[in-house]
Amino acid sequence: MSEYVNITIDDRQIKVRAGEKLLWAALDNDIYIPHLCAIREKERPNAGCRLCFVEIEGDTRPATSCTRTVEDGMVVRTRTPRVDRLVKTAFELILSDHNLKCRECPANRNCALQTIAKKRGIKLRQGRFKTIVREFELDESPDDFAFDRSRCVLCGQCVWADREVAKTGAIGFANRGLNRVVTTFRDRPLAESNCAKCTFYADVCPVGAFYYKKAAE
Amino acid sequence: MSSNNPLDLYRKMHDEAQARIKSKEDKPQVLIGTATCGVAAGALQVRDDFVREIEEKGLDAEVVEVGCIGHCYAEPLAIIAKPGFPPVCYGYLDEGLVHRLVEDFLGGDDPSYEYALAALERNDVFPTFEDFPRGIYEEKLILENCGFIDARDIDSYISREGYSALATALTQEPQAVLEEVKAANLRGRGGAGFPAGLKWEAAIKSGGNEKYVICNADEGDPGAFMDRSILESDPHLVIEGMILCAYAIGSQMGYLYIRAEYPRAVRHVQDAIDQARERGLLGSSILGTEFDFDLEIFQGSGAFVCGEATALISSMEGRMGMPQSRPPRLASRGFRGMPTVLNNVKTFAYVPLIIHHGAEWFKSIGTEESPGTAVFSLVGKVANTGLVEVPMGTSLRQLIYDVGGGLPGNRDFKAVQIGGPSGGCLPESALDVPIDFDSLHQAGAIMGSGGLVVMDQDDCMVAVSRYFLEFTQHESCGKCTFCRIGTKHMLDTLVDITQGKGDTETLGLLEELAEDVRDGSLCNLGRTAPNPILTTLRYFKDEYKAHIEEGRCPALVCRDLILYYIEPPKCSKLCNVCVGSCPTEAIFTREDGLKEIDQEKCVKCDNCRKACPTEYNAVVKLSPPVLPPQKEKAVK
Ligand SMILES: Cc1cc2nc3c(=O)[nH]c(=O)nc-3n(C[C@H](O)[C@H](O)[C@H](O)COP(=O)(O)O)c2cc1C
Ligand code: SF4
Ligand code: SF4
Ligand code: FES
Repeated sequence: MSEYVNITIDDRQIKVRAGEKLLWAALDNDIYIPHLCAIREKERPNAGCRLCFVEIEGDTRPATSCTRTVEDGMVVRTRTPRVDRLVKTAFELILSDHNLKCRECPANRNCALQTIAKKRGIKLRQGRFKTIVREFELDESPDDFAFDRSRCVLCGQCVWADREVAKTGAIGFANRGLNRVVTTFRDRPLAESNCAKCTFYADVCPVGAFYYKKAAE
Repeated sequence: MSSNNPLDLYRKMHDEAQARIKSKEDKPQVLIGTATCGVAAGALQVRDDFVREIEEKGLDAEVVEVGCIGHCYAEPLAIIAKPGFPPVCYGYLDEGLVHRLVEDFLGGDDPSYEYALAALERNDVFPTFEDFPRGIYEEKLILENCGFIDARDIDSYISREGYSALATALTQEPQAVLEEVKAANLRGRGGAGFPAGLKWEAAIKSGGNEKYVICNADEGDPGAFMDRSILESDPHLVIEGMILCAYAIGSQMGYLYIRAEYPRAVRHVQDAIDQARERGLLGSSILGTEFDFDLEIFQGSGAFVCGEATALISSMEGRMGMPQSRPPRLASRGFRGMPTVLNNVKTFAYVPLIIHHGAEWFKSIGTEESPGTAVFSLVGKVANTGLVEVPMGTSLRQLIYDVGGGLPGNRDFKAVQIGGPSGGCLPESALDVPIDFDSLHQAGAIMGSGGLVVMDQDDCMVAVSRYFLEFTQHESCGKCTFCRIGTKHMLDTLVDITQGKGDTETLGLLEELAEDVRDGSLCNLGRTAPNPILTTLRYFKDEYKAHIEEGRCPALVCRDLILYYIEPPKCSKLCNVCVGSCPTEAIFTREDGLKEIDQEKCVKCDNCRKACPTEYNAVVKLSPPVLPPQKEKAVK
C-alpha cells in the first residue's frame, strides 16, 4: 500500500497520507469543515457533535468526515444542499442548548461557535428551536479557572486533555441524554477533586465553559 | 463399543433421552405454561393447585412447567397429556377448573372438552390449534417447541432431535455450516435484517484465533417479549445455534447478553448451559471432537441503547453503554478488539433448523428476499393477543384478522404500529403490505423487534407518537447532538400539539427536524427515533391539523382538548354514582335534579364516565366543534 492517496475535495486535487481521516486531510489543506468534537490523536472518533458532514461520491447520504478514512480517488464535497441543511440543524440544536450571552462570555471573539457561524453564514440567534432553559451551578473553586456548564457543548476536548495529556482523570462525562454533563467524580467541586489544577481545560475548551478567571474580568 | 464419531455419540444420547421422556409419558402429565406471561396471569397458583389436588386424590401424575405456547389471551394455560387420549390444552384456568380437571380427567376418563381450547394431536374427537383459523396462517419454526417441552430438562429437547444439527455439522467442515446459512439467506431478526451468513463470513475473513459469538437478548422495546419467551421456553435451541455459529467461524467463547430484568430467562439459560456442558455439548472436545466452545451469561444493565451493537460491546467491556461510530465493524473489531459475531436470539434459533432441514427447506418458507418466518407479539385492540409466528409474506390484514381474530367488538381498525419505538404506524390502506423486511421498510415501518400494536378509533396518532418519543428521548444516551437535543425538541413540539398549541409552520418544522435527526444521528436509536412521527405525519396528517387548527382531538384522547359532559336526556336523576366518584367534587345536582359537571373543577380523570352505570352511559367525552351548551355560550 502506498503511503499517500489522492483525493478530490471541492474540485481540488490533494495528496494526503493514507489512513488519515477526511476531516484532518481537509483542514491540513485549508479546506474548512466545521467541527467541535474531533481529536486528531484519538483513535476512535467521538463523532458526537455531528457538524463535520460532507458528501462523498457514491455514498447515499452525507457522512461525518471525522470518522471517514480517506480512500484513493475519493471525491468529496463540503458544501451541498444536504450537507448544509444537516450542519445548520445540528448547529442550531447546539445553540438551543447553549447559554448564548456572548457579551458576558470570556470566550467572546475567540469561540468555536462564532467561527462556525461566521464561516458558514449561520446566525447565532436561531429562531427555529426554543431555548432549553436549565440551571447550572458555576464552579469557581479552582484558583485560576472556572467552569460554567451552561456554555458547555459536550465536545469532550477537556476530558481528553485531562486523561491523555495531563493524565489526571479528574473529569469525565456523566449521566445520559439531555442530562449528559462534564463533571468530576461524584460531582464534587473541581478544587476538591484530584484535578491537578493545571489549566489544560481552559486551554482546550473551544467555547467559554472552562475559562481563565483573568479573562473574565 | 465406544466410538468417537459425534453422530454415534449423539444417537446414544438421543435414544437414552427419548426412552426417559417416553417412560415419563406412560403416566399422565400436566404441562403448565409458566413463562413470564403465564406467571403474570397466575400460572404459579394454578401449578400449586394442580399439585395439591393430585396429591389429595392420591393420583400418579406429574406436573411439568413448560414455556409460552403463544395463546397468551387465554392464560393461565395447561396441557394435559394422558395415555389413551390426545393431549388437550385448557385455558382460563382457575382453582375450580383445576379441581374439575383433576377429578374428572386425571381421576376419571372425562377430558371435559367443554373447557378445552384445542387438542395438540390430530384425532377424531376434538379440533386442534391447526384447525383454528389462525392455524392455517401460522407456521411455527422457532416457536415449535415453546410450551411443549420442559425447558429445564435437556432430554426434553434432545428427544425431539435437539442437537442433532450440531452432531451432523461436526462431521463436516466448518465451511459447510457457513455455506448452508448463507444459502438460506437467513436475515438478522434483531431489526435490520442484515444477512447472518455475510456477517459470519466477514468474521472468518478477519482472521486470528480469538473470536467471539454474542447473542443479543437485551430486548428493550416496550411491549416486546418474544426473545424472553424463546429463552425461557426453549433455551437449547438458541444455544445450539450459537455453538453452530462458533464452529463455523472458529470461536471458543460466547456470551448471551440478557437483560437483568429477565431473571427467569437467565435461570433457564444458565441451567441449559450447565446441562449442555455436562453432556459434552459445551466445553472442551464437544461430542468427542477437537472443537472447544463455552458459553457464559452477561447480565445487561437495562438501558435500551445497550441493545445497540457497539454500546452492548462497550457495556460488556465495563465502559458506559454508549454507541460508537462504525467502521470498524464488529466482525473485524468487536469484543476485546477481536472479530465478533453479534446476532439476535431469534436469528440463532433458526440456525439448528436450517442445518437440520437444509437451506432449500428454509427458503421454501416465506418470500424470496426474506425467507423463513416472522415472530410477532400481537397486542392492542385485537382479539387474540400473544406470540405468533407466520411465514414472511403474510399480509398485515391476514395477521390481524385471521391470526389475531380481528378487533374485538367489531370496532373499526385505524392503524397498526410495527417495530416499537423505532417503527412506524401504518393505516388501513397499507394492510395488504406483505410482512417482510423490505416491504415494511418501504411503507415506513420496520420489522424491528416484532412488536405489533393494533389501534382503533379511540387511539390518537399524535398521542401515540408522543408516547414513543417520550421513550426514545428518555433513552437517548446523549452522545450526539441530533438525538440528545433533537428528540427533546420533537417531543416538546408533540406535547404542544396534544395541547392544541402550534401554528401553520409547526408541522413543517417538525417534519424537517424529524428528517434531519433521522439522517444525522450517530446510531440507529437516533436514526429511527423519528419514525413514529414521520409515518403518522405521512398517513394521519389531518389528525395533527385537527389538534392545531381546530383545537380538537378526534380520538378524544388528548386531555387538554376534551371535556366531560353529562347528557341530560340520559342521566337518571335518581342515581348519584358519578358524584361520589369525582375526586374534586366537580359534579353537582341541578335544581331540576340532573347532574352537571363544573368544568372549572373537572380534572378529566375519567372516573365519572367509568362510574356511570352502563344502562345510562350518560357521561360522554366531547371535543370541539361539539361542545355542551354551557361551554358554547362561554365560547361565544
Ligand atoms: C437502540 C437500539 C437497540 C437495539 N436493541 C436490540 C435488542 O434488544 N436486541 C437485538 O437483537 N438487537 C437490538 N438492536 C440491533 C443491534 O444493534 C444489532 O443490529 C443486532 O443485535 C444484530 O443482530 P441480527 O443481525 O441477528 O439482527 C438494537 C439497535 C439499536 C440501535
Ligand atoms: S467544557 Fe469545553 S472542552 Fe469540555 S466538553 Fe464542554 S465545551 Fe468541550
Ligand atoms: S443517536 Fe442517540 S443513542 Fe445513538 S449515539 Fe446519538 S445520542 Fe446516543
Ligand atoms: S467533528 Fe465529526 S462529529 Fe464532531
